[in-house]
Amino acid sequence: MPPVRRALGAAAICLCLSMRTGAAVGVAEPAGRLYSIAPDFTRTDLSGRPLRLEQFRGRVVLLNFWATWCGPCIEEIPVFSRWQLRYAAAGLQILGVSMDDDDTVVKRFLAKHAVPYPILMGDAKLGESFGGVYGLPQSILIDSHGKIVFRNVGELNLEALRSQIEGLMGIH
Amino acid sequence: MKPLISTITLAFCIGTASTFGTIAVGAEKIPASSIPAEYLVQPASLAATLQSNSGPAPLVLQIGFRKLFDEAHIIGAEYVGAAGESDGLAALRERVAKLPKDSALVIYCGCCPWNKCPNMGPAFATLRELGFRNVKALYIVKDFGTDWIDKGYPVTRGG
Repeated sequence: MPPVRRALGAAAICLCLSMRTGAAVGVAEPAGRLYSIAPDFTRTDLSGRPLRLEQFRGRVVLLNFWATWCGPCIEEIPVFSRWQLRYAAAGLQILGVSMDDDDTVVKRFLAKHAVPYPILMGDAKLGESFGGVYGLPQSILIDSHGKIVFRNVGELNLEALRSQIEGLMGIH
Repeated sequence: MKPLISTITLAFCIGTASTFGTIAVGAEKIPASSIPAEYLVQPASLAATLQSNSGPAPLVLQIGFRKLFDEAHIIGAEYVGAAGESDGLAALRERVAKLPKDSALVIYCGCCPWNKCPNMGPAFATLRELGFRNVKALYIVKDFGTDWIDKGYPVTRGG
């Protein structure tokens, strides 16, 4: 085979492989955007224990940015608490990320309201890594492969989200 | 002014009790919806003002939360503090203490949907109580990201 044809053949094989594996050929989807892989991060929970997003790979993760001063956020928390208890065995992990300015008010809130999933302290850098958390509440659903499959700013359609979570976990 | 504040505070407390149930948080609550329409400024209008070179720009004060401000804020805006909390309200009083009462001020938050914002109502009521006659409240219906950043209006990113 002439060298030029051999080179063209190799290029075609590479292109096919990259399409099959989903590797980016053009512009990559920005980190933290819908349908991209969620950016990994490590933050400590309120007891000082470090938690890394990557450690939950294989589970469906609902990342919920919230704050004690955010009325709609507070309304969602009892629902998320029920989901965590109900779907934990099926593979759901909810992570609350507080955007309060300091953890004192968060600890005070959690002393009054039991929340059965980890609460981490967020910051501007973490918000930016997810494409910007400029308003609350904000929820990001990550599938078991680490891909962001849903995000919402503001009040949620909780029933629709629950259906999507059940679908990701194979519950019908 | 004080009777007005009392009235809108009472109205909001009634609404809050039914909406948030037993897990309401925060101290004094004055809803953003208590701000009269003639004191609201639309995002497009403020963006146009900030982008034009005619006349002095208003002093834009962010009276919401630090972490959201640190991510992105209106170009030229100053961070004051969360006016729904006593510390933030004290910071607002201190920031405007030496300003002439006819200063052009714009306050904004954008932390949450307008009708759930804990900061705009207290900030506006306080500035009016202090005698500021030229105060506008930026009308952010959903949140700062949706109603300002996504529209392409001028922002500074980072704190």
